[in-house]
Amino acid sequence: MPKIEVDKALIKKVATSARLSLSEEELEKFVPQIKEIILDSFSKLDELDAKEEPSFQPIKMSNRFRADEVKPCLTLDEALKNVLPSLRENGYIKGPKPM
Amino acid sequence: MAQQKSVRDFVEAAKKDFSIVEKNLGQALDDLRESQKNGLNYIEAFDETLIVPQLEALRKFQKKGKLFGVPITVKDALCVKGLESKAGSKILKGYVPLFDATAVAKAREEGAIILAKTTQDEFGFGTFATNTEKVPKNPFDNSRSCGGSSGGAGGFTKYTSAVHVAIGESTGGSIAAPASFCGVAGLTPTYGVVSRYGLIDYANSLDKIGALGKTVDDASILLEAISGFDELDSTSLDAKFIAEKGAGQIKKVAVIKDFVEGCDEEVKKIFAAALEKLRKKGIVVEEVTLPLNSRYALAAYYIIATCEASTNLAKLSGLRYGEQGEVEGKHFDEYFSEIRSKFFTAEAKRRIILGTFARMSGYRDAYYLKAMKVRTKLINEFNAAFKNYDLLICPTMPVVAPRFEDISKLTPMQNFAMDLCTVPANLAAMPHLSINAGISSSGLPVGLMAIAPHLQEKRLYDFGKVAEE
Repeated sequence: MPKIEVDKALIKKVATSARLSLSEEELEKFVPQIKEIILDSFSKLDELDAKEEPSFQPIKMSNRFRADEVKPCLTLDEALKNVLPSLRENGYIKGPKPM
Repeated sequence: MAQQKSVRDFVEAAKKDFSIVEKNLGQALDDLRESQKNGLNYIEAFDETLIVPQLEALRKFQKKGKLFGVPITVKDALCVKGLESKAGSKILKGYVPLFDATAVAKAREEGAIILAKTTQDEFGFGTFATNTEKVPKNPFDNSRSCGGSSGGAGGFTKYTSAVHVAIGESTGGSIAAPASFCGVAGLTPTYGVVSRYGLIDYANSLDKIGALGKTVDDASILLEAISGFDELDSTSLDAKFIAEKGAGQIKKVAVIKDFVEGCDEEVKKIFAAALEKLRKKGIVVEEVTLPLNSRYALAAYYIIATCEASTNLAKLSGLRYGEQGEVEGKHFDEYFSEIRSKFFTAEAKRRIILGTFARMSGYRDAYYLKAMKVRTKLINEFNAAFKNYDLLICPTMPVVAPRFEDISKLTPMQNFAMDLCTVPANLAAMPHLSINAGISSSGLPVGLMAIAPHLQEKRLYDFGKVAEE
């Protein structure tokens, strides 16, 4: 188990990578709560030696294939229906700058 | 009046006399409006203009299905065409799906009338349906929780006198908990039995769509209608559930002793009385312990659930649907952070941070991967117990429905601990049923939960029918 220091700096770093900007008040609240959950709950699993195969799916499943056929799909107008009108332009969605 | 009828009897009668459908629908609508007027918050989205066309289509409906004329409510997390669907969140406000979730479409094919969407914790993040704007109030006592996350579904199922069933969804106990607190039946199938297509997901390997009803039979008919393979969900199983008695005779069950020990005295008392009744009905009741599940299931569950949730919620970034803002001149990091920080609640933020942390390089193997391996151990522990018993049983919730003022005092860890009995079966994807075991001295319902091996929903059906008699 890696040694963890659950502090403001760590929570801030994790939040930033999850595209969340936390207020100072939220940070104050979250740090002890998250610390408790990670150290008292999550870390309990350290007690176990688990050599089993991981159950990414809880029940046995196998790949299934279907015929590769064209089926009806949304029209452009339908696909844009939930987009804010001010963000629609010539059938495109206006987004923020990527760089 | 149709109010005392079971879904089965109602459908039979409705096929011969359409006025029964109209009368029952009128009752359901009256109850819905009355619940809204009284601020009971069972209903998240309702559009009256969508009701009459459904009724008219049904009048001409040639194939009179298993849910012919039955009004059903749908947990907000499932997409319903033309009806705002936001999984109890603020960030999806205004999102109107262009399609039905498969479970909803299947219910329609069987003749159901989609009445409304029911309230829930934001994305299913909660045990009490309090992590949302419209908090549903318990029909037994309005100062108490309906349970979560499918709280509106449990509340309205109890509240309405009309023939009605509710589609719910469970990730860690979100069907069983409200069923228990509201005194109704809640049936959660094996993972994969109901297609997740069109579900606004919480945790992909844990989410299960299921059914709530006034009785086991009512809930089971709904589950039968919505189950079955769907090529639109890659984890869907070819396992149609049929609600028929006699398929899974129950002879011997075991009480999960370590789960019972964590329960309040008033819950234990009602549970013990229910066990006596089962014995009198000829069911052998013994005891087992599940030491690994009782010690490690909550930790493994919350790691897996938050990891999966944190990736799922990454798509909610203020583009294409739901809450959107001004993008001009903004970098995408800035814009996404702005929308997400503004519209996710504290509970969602906390879970996203926990899940992101547990997947981070350096921690992934220690937390996420370890939890998945532990999950295998926990499934094996269940399967070993099922070698000797048809079902495992325990109280559904360790407490009766708590007061809102007491819930607000719980720390996140204390909150998670309330899922002690419901999380293990959910993590292991075992089908489970919660039925009312009786009313406590404080006048509140106590739930009894039965857990069956994978794909043995029929055992739950038989058990539930016997236990309810």
